[in-house]
Amino acid sequence: MTEPAEVLDCLGQRCPLPVIALARRLPELPVGAVLRVLADDPAAANDIAAWCRLRDQEFLGSPGTNAYDVRRR
Amino acid sequence: MPVGGGSGWACPGGRYRAVVTYLDAASAAPLHPVAQQALLAALEDGWADPGKLYAQARRARQLLDAARASVAESLRVRPDELFFAPSGTAAARAAVRGGLAGRSRAGNVFVHSAIEHSAVLYAAQAHEAAGGRALSVPVDRLGRVDLDAWRAAVTAPGAALAALIAASHEVGTVQPAVDTGAVPLYVDAAQTVPWGPPPQGWSLLTASAHKWGGPPGVGILVVRKSVRCAFEESSVDLPAIVAAAASLRAVHADAAAEAARLRPLVDRIRETVPRTVPDVEVVGDPVDRLPHLVTFSCLYVDGEALLHALDRRGFAVSSGSSCTADTLRPSHVLEAMGVLSHGNVRVSLHRRITSGDVDRFLAELPGIVADLRAESGVTAL
Repeated sequence: MTEPAEVLDCLGQRCPLPVIALARRLPELPVGAVLRVLADDPAAANDIAAWCRLRDQEFLGSPGTNAYDVRRR
Repeated sequence: MPVGGGSGWACPGGRYRAVVTYLDAASAAPLHPVAQQALLAALEDGWADPGKLYAQARRARQLLDAARASVAESLRVRPDELFFAPSGTAAARAAVRGGLAGRSRAGNVFVHSAIEHSAVLYAAQAHEAAGGRALSVPVDRLGRVDLDAWRAAVTAPGAALAALIAASHEVGTVQPAVDTGAVPLYVDAAQTVPWGPPPQGWSLLTASAHKWGGPPGVGILVVRKSVRCAFEESSVDLPAIVAAAASLRAVHADAAAEAARLRPLVDRIRETVPRTVPDVEVVGDPVDRLPHLVTFSCLYVDGEALLHALDRRGFAVSSGSSCTADTLRPSHVLEAMGVLSHGNVRVSLHRRITSGDVDRFLAELPGIVADLRAESGVTAL
């Protein structure tokens, strides 16, 4: 598994806030870097994956509970 | 004065808004005028217990029999196959429970699509809690059931009953015809029955009168003669049933023309919203879908805030976003499709909605979404 370059703690935030935080931070990282989003909103798993599809970013899946990895393309 | 979708409903505090454009027919269609007339007449005439043995009761029994015959004719089924339930939810629950009980010798696996109505999913959970098994079949991004997975599920040993919703109440996708082989098929036809009699190929079918403009509190359960499904019809709301039967005939008489009128309005929404609102995902099958329903999700927008903002401008819509659900979970339908669940709006049209109502919605939506995005500082993401 790729170690994340950074961890974004969105625990306790309601959707769409974790997705907004992801959309703000990911473009600031170098291409190929992995950002791990920690989020416990029930919609986060679905919406982070959907955002990656809409924004053509790579969703790497969930390495653990309430954690989602995204690689910048 | 009501205009278009406006029904002249009371509007607390809305000094500047005399009109509510009601765009949530998929939850409950406004009462059809024929239903209203029939309801009032039946309240006069059909209040007695149809099970008793005096003149008023016989009159009530006649009305119930006539209503049953009328709905059966509308659905092209036999009157002795058709039962009235206290709601669409109760009918769905009875179909699953009764259908599984009638097949207990064949197996205990309840096969269903991942996008069934929550009433069906709750019945599946109850079946599992009672020791049975449930198997959820996935759908694709458009909400169409995976036919290979479906075939595998219904032909596996132990498959007792299969459930496939005729068309999604959340995204409008109409399901392809499926083969269930020897396994009885239960079809939740709540969203398609308003548009005409169902196609053949099912064993159990349910519907709900308030989806076609009948009163709330009337569910329909049809059990084909070839299937075992015990259901006891008890203490029915006779005036509501009479109104449901009368309005279904009226609605079916206009259905083709009404579908032809509403389909272009839905097309207009599907085409306009992605052009005028940035970062929107329109969901559901673009071709095989209900004529009156369209769903889209707005990136970075809170669904609850969007519903309230639309409500303040006089638009009543529904949403599958988690923040708008009692459970605070996103819609299982949107999740199963893998589409964005936040910022979600479902618009469902009905006979009172005009082209002008749709234009007004389309004119106001971009500004409403832009304001919400500006408030949360997500203008350039």
